[in-house]
Amino acid sequence: MSRDPRATFAATAAELVEDDLSVALVYAEISGQYFGEVEQRHPERVINVGIREQLLVNVGAGLALTGLRPVVHTFGSFLVERGFEQIKLGFNHQDVGGVLVGSGGSYDNTGGGRTHQVPGDVALMDSLPGWTIHTPGHADEVEEAMRLAVAGSGRDYVRVVAQQNREAFPVRPGRFHLVRRGQGATVVAVGPMLDPVLDAVGDLDVTVLYANTVRPFDTRSLRAVLGTPEVVLVEPYLAGTSSRCVDEALVDVPHRLLALGVGREELRRYGTPADHIVAHGLDAAGIRRSVSEFLAA
Amino acid sequence: MLFRMTTAEALVAADRWPEYTYADLGRLMSSMTGDEKHSTAATSTLDVIWVLYDSVLDVSPETVDHPARDRFLLSKGHGPMAYYATLAAKGFFPVTWLADWASYDSPLGHHPDRTLVPGVEISSGSLGHGLPLAVGTALGLRAQGIDSRVVVLVGDAELDEGSNHEAIELAAALDLGALTVVAIDNRSSSYAVPGRIEERFATEGWHAVGVDGRDHAQLRLALSRPQPESATGKPSAVVAYVEEKA
Repeated sequence: MSRDPRATFAATAAELVEDDLSVALVYAEISGQYFGEVEQRHPERVINVGIREQLLVNVGAGLALTGLRPVVHTFGSFLVERGFEQIKLGFNHQDVGGVLVGSGGSYDNTGGGRTHQVPGDVALMDSLPGWTIHTPGHADEVEEAMRLAVAGSGRDYVRVVAQQNREAFPVRPGRFHLVRRGQGATVVAVGPMLDPVLDAVGDLDVTVLYANTVRPFDTRSLRAVLGTPEVVLVEPYLAGTSSRCVDEALVDVPHRLLALGVGREELRRYGTPADHIVAHGLDAAGIRRSVSEFLAA
Repeated sequence: MLFRMTTAEALVAADRWPEYTYADLGRLMSSMTGDEKHSTAATSTLDVIWVLYDSVLDVSPETVDHPARDRFLLSKGHGPMAYYATLAAKGFFPVTWLADWASYDSPLGHHPDRTLVPGVEISSGSLGHGLPLAVGTALGLRAQGIDSRVVVLVGDAELDEGSNHEAIELAAALDLGALTVVAIDNRSSSYAVPGRIEERFATEGWHAVGVDGRDHAQLRLALSRPQPESATGKPSAVVAYVEEKA
């Protein structure tokens, strides 16, 4: 049984604080259950700001202004949506680096409803220049993404979600992994979408690329492996988020694109993550249905 | 090209200049606005900023990148003429930059940009960001054992923004004695309640005083360390009252 991605993030963050005097962790109550020990050991560099998400982001930026490497964490919804102007101005406009870690994703908390779901986080972050956007699909990738991001000096967003693939791949920002080579269409599976994609296209002659870092978008690999000029994006957040990247990659190639992901409309249903995955057509059967229709068109 | 001038180059240029005094600020601001006389809104921050740079803060063009410099964060970024005039007068950048401010090739905008202007600690403009950034800055300095001050200037109407109140609460809870807020009060907040700013800071556990925002001796006293309660780690708020905004 593999580790829990969120617990893995927390344990990795704690280790990084422990090992590196220049690393600071800022959080807003959420995930506090994981941070008690490291906060007690390093109260100057592990800071709980309370339920104050605007402050959360700008405290991270302020720490960065003094040369520290901040890890800033809460649920993705409160981090990116509530604190968006703070991200834009605190990090981009001040031109400082930091590692933002949002948990929960599009459907980890289905009982909690819309307030705790953030299908738009990658699209929002993508409206700002220069962010490396990590979409780990395995707890081991969460750990590697965290270590890589914290060791750097740029701006990183790490999207930590519960859904996981069977296998972990190395984290190499700017590079997608070629998981399967076929003659036909190319399917780009982002984060935890890899397993349902592989299960969906098992008998189809398609290429599968895997992205555990979705920005920068690996246009070079997409062009290099392209068979028939047909691309399917499968993203565990707002459908179409990476469509522009595919279009930019293939600007000189007449192509067709199918963009699968979380629907734009509010579901207004509770249930389980599995229910939501099916509702968004992101289970293997749903992906298979959409891909077959697309390829038959 | 001036736009590309580095801090070091600016310093070299500065060495050739005469020392400017408070009396020169009006002329420096006139070189920006073209006006002989300035509105009270344009000068509401003038005396506070001058006193800070002239006799309170431990920061100079030579120490502008030093980790242990005192930090001044202009959160109320609009109307930055007095700020630019003071920085130029103190040699952070050439006074010649002032004349064509806000032109396409000028590093000086209607809101300051820290990546373009030597000595500017934060890029501001949108209200309610400077104080939260100052809290993070004070925490970062403390984590590194650096005993520098962080002074952030806000406007009374800027305190309408709720983000400030998140910061005010945390700064007191975490005993950020290195942090000072200067609130310029020119009664520009809608729904203001007289005396509310001082009372709110005091209620949240800050050391809070009100002073005449034009009186240099009062400002110097209120802004200088040590504050009476700095030993206990209380952050400090100075409400600087100036003329009502026309």
